[in-house]
Amino acid sequence: MSTLHARIQEERAKYPAGSSSAVMPALRLAQEEYGWLSPDALREVADALETTPAFCKSIASFYDQFHLAPIGEHLVEVCTNVSCAVVGAQQVVEAFEDALGCRAGETSPDGKVTLRTIECLGGCGWGTIVSVDHRYRTRVRAEDVPSILEELDDGR
Amino acid sequence: MAAELDEIVLANATTRLAEYEAAGGYRALAKARAMTPAEVTDELIASELRGRGGAFFPTGRKWSFVPSKEQLPKPHYLVVNADESEPGSFKDNEILSRVPHRFIEGCLITAHAIDCTHVFVYIRGEYSGPYEILVGALEELHGRPDLRGDVTIVVHRGAGAYICGEETALLESLEGKRGQPRSKPPFPAVSGLYAAPTVVNNVETITSVPPVIAMGAAEYVKLGVPNTRGSRVVSISGNVVNGGNYEIEAGMSLREIVYGLGGGIADGRELKAVVPGGSSTVILRADEIDVGYDFDSLARLSTAMGSAGIIVLDDRCCIVQLGLRFSEFYEHESCGKCTPCREGTRWLTAILRKIEDGRASQDELDLLLDVCDRINGKCLCPLGDSDAIIVASYVAKFRDEFQAHIDQGGCPFGGHSSLDGVLAPVAMHAHPPAAGVPA
Repeated sequence: MSTLHARIQEERAKYPAGSSSAVMPALRLAQEEYGWLSPDALREVADALETTPAFCKSIASFYDQFHLAPIGEHLVEVCTNVSCAVVGAQQVVEAFEDALGCRAGETSPDGKVTLRTIECLGGCGWGTIVSVDHRYRTRVRAEDVPSILEELDDGR
Repeated sequence: MAAELDEIVLANATTRLAEYEAAGGYRALAKARAMTPAEVTDELIASELRGRGGAFFPTGRKWSFVPSKEQLPKPHYLVVNADESEPGSFKDNEILSRVPHRFIEGCLITAHAIDCTHVFVYIRGEYSGPYEILVGALEELHGRPDLRGDVTIVVHRGAGAYICGEETALLESLEGKRGQPRSKPPFPAVSGLYAAPTVVNNVETITSVPPVIAMGAAEYVKLGVPNTRGSRVVSISGNVVNGGNYEIEAGMSLREIVYGLGGGIADGRELKAVVPGGSSTVILRADEIDVGYDFDSLARLSTAMGSAGIIVLDDRCCIVQLGLRFSEFYEHESCGKCTPCREGTRWLTAILRKIEDGRASQDELDLLLDVCDRINGKCLCPLGDSDAIIVASYVAKFRDEFQAHIDQGGCPFGGHSSLDGVLAPVAMHAHPPAAGVPA
């Protein structure tokens, strides 16, 4: 695997010279590398893009998918917008909270899973949608929660 | 009123180039390239295809606004809006996943029509599945210079921001800035991406282009009803038996969509209301759904197809909670650039929370509508307006329910609404942190 710096340069080449367009792909690459966007990671992205860490942070802070604080090994996001909510999303949230021993917006005490609610994921007819490490699970019900967490335990 | 329709956008689902080609795929591209760009644009104008992202702007006319390179010597860009984030809409998810090559063919035809060699597809960051399918399809295209021509298609992933579905916010985001809307004019056709002439089209619009060219405008306009021609991929969700995406002929009755395609109301419940075109559209009561699913028919009820996200709500839904949950969404997604939206969405959420909790006085219901007035029509983009319009429509159509909350000092559903206690992201951090959680 090439270095983060080299991969960011590949992204930059997709856009016109002099544009800042590669900042989002670069932040995504850095987050995939380090798990979150630490001050050091932002510095590294800024250097690769020949810009400042503050600029990179101003972009990262605008978007929900960028993490400016550490998260757990796994990320579980439950859609609680209306289409999912009317078919039981809140019960799914509460089942995760009970099983993980943390509230939505927090990380389980063992540091394994960060749980949060999220706005519409674009799978409304197949609700409740749960995004587990960026993969959608459809038609999730509260009783499905233990098996989802078991899969994470198994490292699948 | 036609109900049955052979799929044209979603037809012949395949992610493989060879299979798509064997089923007649990429022939519309050859046909279009044998035409001049102006002829292609004229064909789109004649087809009366209108934008499927929500604004319903005539597609061919939008293309015709791009100045020629003699008039303005700058590159032209096609930017496809695949940032589908409207609550209730999930059609572009399915289109990209099922027929990626028809989508790509639409990009290539459109690029020809607007004399452009650079296409950017802005896909929402959460769509990992459709993203990988699209990238796989583009890799296959890469091995086919005869199809690709001199066109480069770059897929740009968003990172979680509803506002980036607004076209100028999308362009800002694509330029590597915070996704905040621009004031218009100038319009993107003249000054869009990198201040160059840019066409921004939705995924479904682009995927409708190959069928329009293949069948010809004269055939395409035979589908649908006046002012709403062709097919429409509708997303059905909520309290229905068969949620999913269905391609219909425009003008089909909303009742037929909900009870026919959607299979009716789930769990043996009664229909209460339908949100016809995504969260931002004016609600319809159960007695208002004998209406054609087309622009003019819905406009007569002061509502719209929007992005075709049809949310079905049964009799367990508290309308105050519905307004609260959607307002929480708009508050969360407000970019903060203009005051009426930034302040107003917060106010709407706060007042609706008070009403729901039974703590609101009578004049706070008036205040709610007053805040709606102070938002509506005063924002840079439609986000804040949407919150104001829908909340006002909930009060207008379900006033008794709002009044009951005030009179009874609480929710008449007594904790049994289908939206009871639902935790919105914007409210997530109101929880006290649990003890012992590591930093």
